[in-house]
Amino acid sequence: MTTLLEIDDYRLAFDTFDGTLHVLDGIDIRVEAGETLGVVGETGCGKSVLARSILRLNPTPPARVVSGEIRFRGEDVLALPEAGIRRLRGSAIAMVFQDPATYLNPLLTVATQMEDAIRGQDAAAGGRVRSRKAASAVAADLLAAVGLPEPARLLRSHPHQLSGGMRQRVLIAMALLGNPSLLVADEPTTALDVTVQAQVLALIAGLVRERGLALILISHDLGVVSASCARVAVMYAGTVVEEAPTGELLDRPLHPYSQGLIAAVPDLDRPEVRPRGIAGSIPSLLHPPPGCRFHPRCERATERCRVEKPLLRPLLPGRRVACHHADA
Amino acid sequence: MLTYILRRIGLAGLMLFGLVCLTFVIANIAPSDPAALAAGPDAGRSQIEQARREYGLDRPLHEQFLRYVSDLARLEFGRSIATGRPVGADLARYFPATLELCIVAMIIGLVLGVPLGMLSALHKDGPIDHFTRIFAVTGVALPPFWFGLLLQLAFAAWLGWLPTSGRLSVFTEPLEPITGLLLVDSLLRGNGGMFLEAASYIALPALVLSFPCLAQILRVNRSEMVEALRADYIVAARAHGVRPWRLVVVHALKNAMLPTLAIIGLRWGWMISSTVLVETVFDWPGTGLYAVSSAIAGDFKPVMGVTLIVGLNFMIANLLVDLLYGVLDPRLRSA
Repeated sequence: MTTLLEIDDYRLAFDTFDGTLHVLDGIDIRVEAGETLGVVGETGCGKSVLARSILRLNPTPPARVVSGEIRFRGEDVLALPEAGIRRLRGSAIAMVFQDPATYLNPLLTVATQMEDAIRGQDAAAGGRVRSRKAASAVAADLLAAVGLPEPARLLRSHPHQLSGGMRQRVLIAMALLGNPSLLVADEPTTALDVTVQAQVLALIAGLVRERGLALILISHDLGVVSASCARVAVMYAGTVVEEAPTGELLDRPLHPYSQGLIAAVPDLDRPEVRPRGIAGSIPSLLHPPPGCRFHPRCERATERCRVEKPLLRPLLPGRRVACHHADA
Repeated sequence: MLTYILRRIGLAGLMLFGLVCLTFVIANIAPSDPAALAAGPDAGRSQIEQARREYGLDRPLHEQFLRYVSDLARLEFGRSIATGRPVGADLARYFPATLELCIVAMIIGLVLGVPLGMLSALHKDGPIDHFTRIFAVTGVALPPFWFGLLLQLAFAAWLGWLPTSGRLSVFTEPLEPITGLLLVDSLLRGNGGMFLEAASYIALPALVLSFPCLAQILRVNRSEMVEALRADYIVAARAHGVRPWRLVVVHALKNAMLPTLAIIGLRWGWMISSTVLVETVFDWPGTGLYAVSSAIAGDFKPVMGVTLIVGLNFMIANLLVDLLYGVLDPRLRSA
């Protein structure tokens, strides 16, 4: 397998009026070609910021890269000139967003939005820019591929004329326009009804399989991630605390935070076991706790956790944990 | 879309009715005795009574109202006491001058305001943004009569580039009007020299009139663009590879133009009704000057005529803005 994406010790800060927010603190992630990786964590742990970092979509300022590298096929994305990053957007790496109602332009037809994407990708690649008509044909094919009926009529519609599920499918079709090799899906089902959620997840899983895409699926919902991803990274307050094959993580989480996260999910097979929450709340990113960012909420925290930041270390084959006290 | 258009036009019709009622009430109630006013200041009792019969002021109010409406429908605005000329003819002569001034001022406001607002939003809190902010505050704060005098001093008196006042040189033979707008008429008649002359005369007053409007369009467009550029759909479009210029000029600007359009409509209405100071400073023969000189002379009919024209203009501007909204925003069309 070839490595598609490597994120090394990536630190990102947001400079605000109140001070510097240390949003991402030393992220280490690796995605192989065709691999599916889930990223889970609570709201505000930096998942979406991380997703946007891959295509340099966080506005700078306020965002500021403190250190680290994001390499796509060995090329440092952060060092690319503007033209270079535009060559990747949509064509090599594509994104599916959270709330389809706000991520589609309300004033433009689906056709205009899809054609603009195709033609923009053509222009960035430096080749011939396809005509609107040719682009429209590609768009119609993809709308059909994501299971939308009457693509021609759909192309003429505006977003407000579509249902939530249809809009999400349009956004997925848009992500596929440039035939990317990596799909980054940021909470793709959060804004949808539960029944539609399942359909959209099945659609994404199917597309990933058929097209051999690598997938980074970001969600706060362990269930969503475990259904679609072979591997999971658990994020807490801007750090990856544990990385493991999905089944192993669910069976035997090693990091105290992962353990808390899994214990908080209600078990439908054993209703007598009440789900347990994690005491405390997520720390302020303005003044994150020193050492391990989870230590104020951790039952096993010791003096060492308060001082020394635990590194993500391999503990078992294919498993990495950032905890001083975790053991195999 | 058709129901949307019809509804807007229907609303405009209702507003027109309201406007006519209002002016009728003002004309018949505000002055102590309209018959005395119509007969003139030196009229005796019998002359006033004669005027009362002549103008139908002895008839019941609803009859008077119907007559007023039918007069208006035939563009009969009555006669000016001071000159004895029909107000309709006066308006036909003066209104195009004001209209032309406002159109040029609005074009200046749009052509400079929208791109400058866009540029400031793209360079938010940078040097360009600070510069346009100072420019905009100045635009709103400068009194037009003072700014007008200043420009006359600089461009007419010192530099001698542009004429001081008027619509054309007194030595120029005026054209037989087609639209009444000199810039348009001179082009229609293929008279390039006259076009340039008219342009040189309109430049300074239009600039002064456009300044506050330009400032407001700039500021509104800037803040709306800042908002639009931050929107989720822009992040998504960028991620999908849409070209940067298209992102700004189509995807963001179209959204930013909705509120800007509302301001443009309002500004247009105000502009037509607030040309008085500029027309006075630049001796521009428009409705502002006409209304003020009539009001000073106690000449009531011209004032009412101008009021109607200004109100009508406001309504048409509103209607156009509403229709443009419908063109820009698909959600309104289907609503």
